[in-house]
Amino acid sequence: MSEGWSGSASVSGGVSEVTRAEYCVIACAEAWRGAGEILASPMGLIPSVGARLARHTFAPDLLLTDGEALLVGPDGTVEGWLPYRQHLALVTGGRRHVMMGASQIDRFGNQNISCIGDWAKPTRQLLGVRGAPVNTLNNPTSYWVPRHSRRVFVERVDMVCGVGYDRAAGARHHRIPRVVSDLGVFDFATPDRSMRLASLHPGVSVEQVREATGFGLVVPDEVSRTREPTAGELRLIREVIDPGNTRAREVAG
Amino acid sequence: MSADEAVSRLRSGMTLGIGGWGSRRKPMALVRALLRSEVTDLTVVSYGGPDVGMLAAAGRIRKLVTAFVTLDSIPLEPHYRAARERGAFELTEVDEAMFMWGLHAAANRLPFLPVRAGLGSDVMRVNPGLRTVTSPYEDQETFVAMPALRLDAALVHVNRADRLGNGQYLGPDPYFDDLFCEAADAAYVSCEQVVDTAELTKAAAPQTLLLKRHTVTGVIEAPNGAHFTSCAPDYGRDEAFQKRYATTPWPEFAARFLAGDEQAYRSAVGEES
Repeated sequence: MSEGWSGSASVSGGVSEVTRAEYCVIACAEAWRGAGEILASPMGLIPSVGARLARHTFAPDLLLTDGEALLVGPDGTVEGWLPYRQHLALVTGGRRHVMMGASQIDRFGNQNISCIGDWAKPTRQLLGVRGAPVNTLNNPTSYWVPRHSRRVFVERVDMVCGVGYDRAAGARHHRIPRVVSDLGVFDFATPDRSMRLASLHPGVSVEQVREATGFGLVVPDEVSRTREPTAGELRLIREVIDPGNTRAREVAG
Repeated sequence: MSADEAVSRLRSGMTLGIGGWGSRRKPMALVRALLRSEVTDLTVVSYGGPDVGMLAAAGRIRKLVTAFVTLDSIPLEPHYRAARERGAFELTEVDEAMFMWGLHAAANRLPFLPVRAGLGSDVMRVNPGLRTVTSPYEDQETFVAMPALRLDAALVHVNRADRLGNGQYLGPDPYFDDLFCEAADAAYVSCEQVVDTAELTKAAAPQTLLLKRHTVTGVIEAPNGAHFTSCAPDYGRDEAFQKRYATTPWPEFAARFLAGDEQAYRSAVGEES
């Protein structure tokens, strides 16, 4: 349990200030809006809170796991069995939207979680490709980056694990709906499918995002703001889904 | 048979599949027996966890086939990282699903299976030997032809088994242990407890019988044999000990915990807690 967050910020007595982590939760949750009866696979604390918020509100048919082999309802009731082998079949069946992490991501959405430097003898060995290749060719794949920086948003990734738009020619099930960071939301709604700033979290400037991005980001003339959470959503986040405020461990402020 | 007896059947240079997943239900007692032996120069095929980390730290791996190596609660396996960063062995890095289809192909005696994963990614760049295959039907889609991951031997750990090699998992996930056994010329199965055949289905449903005796060469009774990885429902991961493993320099860890037999390991672990 976190000591840092006081329960006094309850929404009943007027909405206390929305934190950056809470805007991130909203931005992640929106990835699953209207997704229907598919599996939401959030990786990371804030995407997990986001997926559960979506399940509680505007995407009630979502399937969620306990992080292991069980499908569970919002109250933890087991409703199904999904061991890894069935999970992989579900991925190729396409009825899933995963939000993965990214150690590096480039302007076309190529993602790296394998290693930094030369693959043959990396300067930093990371996880390995894991399921990024199968995910990106089979079901919608979004990304979550808790600390937006030039180290992550790079001109070219060192090892393509998740496939970007410039390398996905002919891949009929390839789609990257969004990238969410602690600074904003990004998509690929441009003619050449390069990354575009879709919305800024309140308190963040375009300059700040440009400064933290290692490639030329497409910025529309009118930049939207990530939407405000409703009072009901804030209550769900703070009192029901994440009362221990784990979200602040990923994004401060 | 004993773990040392099972390992005495292995030879240097073999292709060895190791069951479990990450830091979950790994045949660690068999890996420890392997570390006590002289067997080396291995091609290891594993959804990697501390099994890979230990064998890498001890210099036993010539080539690794994997999609990841992780300790789960500690995302990056430190000994595997160190070995990779000094270029200690050859790596065949494939996607999780490609890996599974490679085992399926081997189990079905097929040279390959088509898989919609890998294309467009650098898995193709770092594995120049991978070929593609085009559907002969109207869709004409192109796939990766994932080659069979045929194994000389497999090591897996389950909750219960009988002496014949019928193996049972009682946790929520079978992982891919049946496939490892089916893909291998010889499979050695350690278990928490050897029981009479009739005991297997007394309290558990028949679908928990993951391993069939015709795919199993030897059964080893190894209580706590997955330690320090998890072996639900018998025990969870020993997080404190895993942390110790991850933060102790390898020579020191090996001297403290791996110098003696399995009984010595258990005593040394017991003194820690």
